[in-house]
Amino acid sequence: MRSSLALRTVALGYLALILILPIGLIFFRTFEDGLGPVWDALTNPDTIHALWLTILITLIAVPANTVFGVAAALMLVRQRFPGRSVLNAVIDLPFALSPVVVGLALILVYGRTGWLGGWLNANGIQVIFALPGMVLATIFVSLPFVVREVVPVLREIGTEQDEAAWTLGASPFATFRRVTLPAIRWGITYGVVLTTARALGEFGAVSVVSGKIAGRTETLTLRVENEFQRFDLVGAYTASVVLAILAFAVVLAMNLFRRETDGDRGAARQQAVR
Amino acid sequence: MTFVCSLIVVAINAVTGTLIAWVLVRDSFRGKAMVNSLIDLPFALPTIVAGLTLLALYGPKGPIGINVAYTRAAIVLALLFVTLPFVVRSVQPVLLELDRDMEEAAASLGASSLSIFRRIVLPNLMPAILSGVALAFARSIGEFGSVILISGNIPFKTEVASVHIFSQIESDDVTGAAAVSVLLLVISFVSLLAIDTFRKWGSKHEE
Repeated sequence: MRSSLALRTVALGYLALILILPIGLIFFRTFEDGLGPVWDALTNPDTIHALWLTILITLIAVPANTVFGVAAALMLVRQRFPGRSVLNAVIDLPFALSPVVVGLALILVYGRTGWLGGWLNANGIQVIFALPGMVLATIFVSLPFVVREVVPVLREIGTEQDEAAWTLGASPFATFRRVTLPAIRWGITYGVVLTTARALGEFGAVSVVSGKIAGRTETLTLRVENEFQRFDLVGAYTASVVLAILAFAVVLAMNLFRRETDGDRGAARQQAVR
Repeated sequence: MTFVCSLIVVAINAVTGTLIAWVLVRDSFRGKAMVNSLIDLPFALPTIVAGLTLLALYGPKGPIGINVAYTRAAIVLALLFVTLPFVVRSVQPVLLELDRDMEEAAASLGASSLSIFRRIVLPNLMPAILSGVALAFARSIGEFGSVILISGNIPFKTEVASVHIFSQIESDDVTGAAAVSVLLLVISFVSLLAIDTFRKWGSKHEE
């Protein structure tokens, strides 16, 4: 009994030192000088612009990845085609790859001297150091999440119900909408939550391709760094706290949906047994 | 440099991650559900915020008087923070499903709790630990946001690979940046392959 208590103390102590204390301190430091400076930093037009830009990028990247993710998961689970295992591995790549490398790759393709960049520039479309590049970078780094959440659910539910609907004369679209989609809805939701978290907090890839122009291509994460470099600590802490609150919300949502997904998978398993 | 730090981080993570997973599964105490959700926080928290928070606590003006900013220890610390969830989250489900029968059998045959852990629990957890470790390794090799503030980026001393690439891009040395990037790309690929192998090994164990 005593050894289990010791283990618990060590584990919780480690968590406190590395996780809870730093985050607690950042909240403390932000509000140390009262609410005035925080409010000033929050209402700074550049901060507000950064917040909107972050939300805008997330709003573009998340739906794009959701649609792609569901389609890719369906392909990976239900179809056999040459190169399937390669695709399976490639989808995980953004997860393991350094975001800076992602940014560099985008510059090499879409930059001024890149493969597509020259043509795009000639036609008046700027990708790097502008919004499209930042959206691309965000989509790239948050690509795997929906796929990875939906694939196991699809595996588990199998194809019997789809086939039943099919033999009863439902069109492929109706089958997807009425049978498949309801079954994977929690998997999708969970994936979307993870994608949102990643899109909101992306820093490395976006910082390479954005150019970090305050009030134009500066997202909230980039603002944290810029303010810090300018020794405007309150500004940096305030932007951090906004991001931290968003992160807390995401963790709460994750917990909520994890329970739902587990319930769903349990139900699917029971049906399979029957 | 990046490699050494990542190896240290991964080694610490393998131990603490397994320990935390163990405590979360086998122990019960008040607030366990909350601790369980906290594990995901480094994943959801933007890495730049992670770097800033660590700098606030363990930096020059930190309240506890430990200053590791701009040293290698700082990099290790930042990487530990960011990779915390990986080993915990990959060990936890395996530990949950692990039957206690074997452990009880061993205990009734007189094995000490240490040897039970070493000879019975650990072999079962190994694939999960290793695949978590490989994930954490891939992540720490490429980590950028949390490191950039706290490391100080002193070339040859505290400059990690991803920050190096970044400064090369800023000074328009795209070729040099691409060279280092390719190296990182290869390492990521190898880690992914390793994860895949460990997963297959793990599912074989279950059969």
